[in-house]
Amino acid sequence: MAGMETLRFTFDGGRALGPFAPTLVGVVASGNLEVLVEPAAAPGCHVDIDTSARGFGGIWEAVLRDFHARHGVAGLTLSIHDMGATPAVVSLRLDQAMAAIAGATP
Amino acid sequence: MTRSFAELPARARLAEVVDAGTFHEWLPPSARVTSPHLAQLGVPAAFDDGVAVGRATLAGRAVFVAAQEGEFMGGGVGEVHGAKLVGLLRRALRDRPDAVVLLAESGGVRLHEANAGLIAVSEVMRALLDVRAAGIATLVLIGGANGCFGGMGIVARCADTVVMSDIARHAMSGPEVIESAHGAGEFDSRDRALVWRTTGGKHRWLCGDCDALVEDDPQAFRAAAIAALDTHRPMTLAALQHESALLQQRADVDGDNADAFELWARLGVPDARTVPDLDADAVRARRPTALAPLSTGAA
Repeated sequence: MAGMETLRFTFDGGRALGPFAPTLVGVVASGNLEVLVEPAAAPGCHVDIDTSARGFGGIWEAVLRDFHARHGVAGLTLSIHDMGATPAVVSLRLDQAMAAIAGATP
Repeated sequence: MTRSFAELPARARLAEVVDAGTFHEWLPPSARVTSPHLAQLGVPAAFDDGVAVGRATLAGRAVFVAAQEGEFMGGGVGEVHGAKLVGLLRRALRDRPDAVVLLAESGGVRLHEANAGLIAVSEVMRALLDVRAAGIATLVLIGGANGCFGGMGIVARCADTVVMSDIARHAMSGPEVIESAHGAGEFDSRDRALVWRTTGGKHRWLCGDCDALVEDDPQAFRAAAIAALDTHRPMTLAALQHESALLQQRADVDGDNADAFELWARLGVPDARTVPDLDADAVRARRPTALAPLSTGAA
């Protein structure tokens, strides 16, 4: 795992989402990321991140806290593969993921 | 407003090319079949290793489909990426859909994966030729911004039918590769006009290297794919001799490595200088009939 950093966050609270099909948005490319959204049995919002940019855990936590405040969702896992996306790009992808699962029937 | 095929990600291209809502993906991102090599290099994997494979219908007919994501590592074929393509093609031999349609966008072998990537591409070639030999139509659609180069450039030419848009590119070595090996004097990779008239869809069409030239529009690719569902070009001795004769003819007229403008003129393309400014319709009409691939039709 030379060079890569793995981060994991859990946010409690929020409304449980109904059933939805696993959904992928974005792409692993320079300054970009992919987000795989899957339903989870456990409550809360779980986020797993593999990122090529080390040392930005605090910023990830802030961006994800904002996301959770915006959407307040629970019962899901977000799996992220990141290649140095900026916080704004990450936020847009997370919003895109929420929009995408709204139309994804299981 | 028509959408740009080149600007769509791989799955969105598939969704527009096949019948609406019919794409069923095998080994989807949630299956997490990812590259075992990239993490060692500090590179994040992609959940689908840069390719989506599955089944769908096209004009109501059963097809197997694959789409490469050019944004992930330039569409490079790694071990898993290649294995997904090979698995799709071998399953086609078993299940016999009417066609296999590959939406190619790739720089070729994913060099990060070295020999595993090289072997993967060679396995894709063999599997595609097996499917073609089994009488299942094989189609490669090239329309991504990264073009189709290297090993995937060869894979494309193994298919019965190649469809390109005018902004697509298809070749063996890419522009930067040629420049770094032979210098900017030989080939200036920053000269976009030169790059496109040497590797672009119009050039491939005029030389007889692709079978359909379309606009950068998903519906145009869809129409071209439907039109080619019954095109079979068995690799008979006569077909190979015809291909060989076309290549010899091109080598003869291009003896001094002429610029594409000069080559087109020598091949009999009228008003060759104006080709880059024409739309696909107008360029289609200019291909000398002698350069068309051997007549094709239902097997």
